[in-house]
Amino acid sequence: MAQEAATGTPLATEDEGVRRRDFINIAAVSAAGVGGVAVIYPLISQMAPSADVLAESSTEIDIAAVQPGQAIKAVFRRQPVFIRNLTPAEVKAATEFEATPDFNKMRDKQTLAERTKEGHANLLITMGICTHLGCVPQGAGAGEVKGEFGGYFCPCHGSHYDTAARIRKGPAPRNLDVPEYAINGTIVKIG
Amino acid sequence: MIRIFSILVGLFFTVALAWSLLWDTVQLSKDGLPTSAALEFGKAHDLKPLKLASDGPFGKFDKKQLKRGFEVYAGVCASCHSLQQVAYRSLVYAGLTEKEVKELAAKATINAKDPLTGEMKDRPGLTADKFPPVVFAGTGTPPDLSLITKARKGGAAYIYSLLIGYETSQPAELVKKFPDAKTPEGMFYNPYFANLNIAMAPPLASDDLVTYSDGTKATKDQMAQDVSAFLVWAAEPELEQRHQTGAWWILFLIFATTLAYMSYRNIWAEKKGH
Amino acid sequence: MSFPWSKEYKPSHPLMVWFDERLPLPRLIYNAVGGGYEVPRNLNYFWNFGFLAGLCLVIQIVSGVILAMHYGGDTSVAFNSTEHIMRDVNWGWMLRYGHANGAAAFFAVVYLHIFRGFYYGSYKAPREMIWLSGVVIFLLMMATAFMGYVLPWGQMSYWAAQVITGLFSAFPLIGDPLKEWLLGGFAPGNATLNRFFSLHFLLPFVILGVVILHIWSLHIPGSSNPTGVEVKSKSDTVPFYPYYVGKDGWTIGLLMIVYSVFLFYMPNALGDPENYIPANPMQTPAHIVPEWYFWPFYAILRSFTQDLLFFEARLLGVLAMFAAILVWFFLPWLDKSPVRSASYRPLYRKFFWVLVIDVLILGYLGKLPAEQPYVLVSQLATMYYFLHFLVIVPIVSSIERPDPLPFSITESVLGHDGAAKLTKD
Repeated sequence: MAQEAATGTPLATEDEGVRRRDFINIAAVSAAGVGGVAVIYPLISQMAPSADVLAESSTEIDIAAVQPGQAIKAVFRRQPVFIRNLTPAEVKAATEFEATPDFNKMRDKQTLAERTKEGHANLLITMGICTHLGCVPQGAGAGEVKGEFGGYFCPCHGSHYDTAARIRKGPAPRNLDVPEYAINGTIVKIG
Repeated sequence: MIRIFSILVGLFFTVALAWSLLWDTVQLSKDGLPTSAALEFGKAHDLKPLKLASDGPFGKFDKKQLKRGFEVYAGVCASCHSLQQVAYRSLVYAGLTEKEVKELAAKATINAKDPLTGEMKDRPGLTADKFPPVVFAGTGTPPDLSLITKARKGGAAYIYSLLIGYETSQPAELVKKFPDAKTPEGMFYNPYFANLNIAMAPPLASDDLVTYSDGTKATKDQMAQDVSAFLVWAAEPELEQRHQTGAWWILFLIFATTLAYMSYRNIWAEKKGH
Repeated sequence: MSFPWSKEYKPSHPLMVWFDERLPLPRLIYNAVGGGYEVPRNLNYFWNFGFLAGLCLVIQIVSGVILAMHYGGDTSVAFNSTEHIMRDVNWGWMLRYGHANGAAAFFAVVYLHIFRGFYYGSYKAPREMIWLSGVVIFLLMMATAFMGYVLPWGQMSYWAAQVITGLFSAFPLIGDPLKEWLLGGFAPGNATLNRFFSLHFLLPFVILGVVILHIWSLHIPGSSNPTGVEVKSKSDTVPFYPYYVGKDGWTIGLLMIVYSVFLFYMPNALGDPENYIPANPMQTPAHIVPEWYFWPFYAILRSFTQDLLFFEARLLGVLAMFAAILVWFFLPWLDKSPVRSASYRPLYRKFFWVLVIDVLILGYLGKLPAEQPYVLVSQLATMYYFLHFLVIVPIVSSIERPDPLPFSITESVLGHDGAAKLTKD
């Protein structure tokens, strides 16, 4: 564009003059480009999470009332979290599977111990968001389908999770995510 | 044809205006120019001078002053005036530490929807919450202060003047000339207020209403200045970022415009008359 | 206009040849704002404001579409969502202040553009259609600006909606039902806010459409110029690119500097403090005023205080306010002088400058409260406004003796024109 501008201009007799003029035209167009980019930055950045959304960063939940075999749904960053008190049988099902050869073929190999806090192997806390495309799996509410492996089942595209919320069958790429959390007595603080 | 019609329309409007003008002139000669106690005795156009660190194109907040100002707000104003647009978390930009903000928020009671049950419940505040509404026991509704410096002509200087501008009695001349403007029982005379009589009792009636954590002596004037500075921050938390971004951007624009002007002169160099 | 010497679009790159044969968009652009559009060489800086107005429209559409991503069009959340934009959205304060001050910049630029049209007689044949579409754009801008002002749902927003729709209730018989229809209720409410949001989003794109018609009709006769003498030969014109791209281009920088000073350093200087108070249907602000760009029209509205015959004073005010802009539509036929530019019309020029001062006075009065002695002055000023357009312009254009015009644009620039000799010989 700058070059055309210069050629569109009747040329000065001296070469020296022409080069200087070219330079100014190129500089002016470049400056306009830099200004344009500078303006675009805030226009893009405005779509990122705003300060009030980022501030909703932690949730505290009292789990005293969750009996073995029960699960509750909590809310963290406006998304469901499953807090599940596993029965000894469920813990056993999860750990026994870890000894079988199938365990090595898992898509996302993790032991129950890796997915829970030490001393709280029965307390499974995961995000209630299927890692496939973000639906909420069933199995936390009373009477919901728990899938072939007794954990969670996502009805959207048929992902089956086991009692450690690990993906065992279906299209989901990862186990249900475990959020960062800390346990203090009966209070779980997520985030 | 169109021009004859247009002249007729023009004359119609002129006659209608002349008619209004005539009657208004008659009325004016009878009544004289309008006047009111506020016009003659009000000082809204003659505010007390206030200098803040945030003034001017390069102004920045004085965080120590903002913190003192917040202490005045919390100790004096907050019992009647809410601050509902301001979130607790943002007070870290007004000179409070994160720990102080957390403690402060926890003391508040927030009525919010329980995300699990859906009921409205009272719970202790979190830093992500905004200041709750204030239930005022008296008559009228004291205005929310989040935007007050932007919502009043004169801004911070108006707040400052209003706070320390109370006068114990009305000028005798005022009462004589405008008997209706006499301060009613339970109200207070303040020449900086729009209609001179304000329902708010002098909030900064004596020194040392608050104890500043930084040890500054809390005189009436000091408290009024500090709380005005704090309210500027509450209304325009973006002020510093705005001033800085603006300075760089305008500097760049001047540079780019100069280049563009030189380029324009270049392009037109061979054309006469420019 | 395509003059015989206008350059033809000749793409050099095979890809552009391929593209142009299938969709002649590059050709269209080249002929509209490129080397193919020949423009009089003597345009002064008043001719920059059309281009700058287009830039303002783009700024408003871009910032407006983005604000709509964060705004909530419901009376319970509108005010708070505006504050959410100001406090929490990344760069939200810049977008919102940019949009509010962008409206002011748009009007300022458009008023200067209209001034150019008045002074240099740009509305005259064969450019009537450009003028008419321009007045339509201005009316659409006013409607858009008004509805946008209602959106933050502050005190001035609410009462502006109340008062402006109240204008329509001045019409006999249909007035009150019309007002209720406009508001979708008896007072401004959720229905009002939602429809204003919807229309405020739509109208800028309608404006954009009319702007395209405006530019299209401009390209039929080509740009006017300060002498008002039509283009005669090649030496009268230069191609738009690079000459006027360069000239318009650097003034973008000037406009941006002025706009940025407002945006970053006095973002609320042009706004009313009252609009930072949430809307309260129970309490009217002591002094209702529109934004500055409506002040002259607001003064005209308020100058009618007495009923005349069967015309209610309120109706007269409303009619006069609408008529104040409607008369512009008739200007090309009221001003019969064959000379375009006021530079060569000594008598008209004097009256025109009086009109400019008159409008400035009306603007000043529109801001002040409706009290004496301001009402008397605005009555006199309104009188001149209508007399100027409806009586003085038709009469002056018939009786005036214009100054001699230059032979051509080239002569006015260089002092001589080779072509002039040929024709005179």
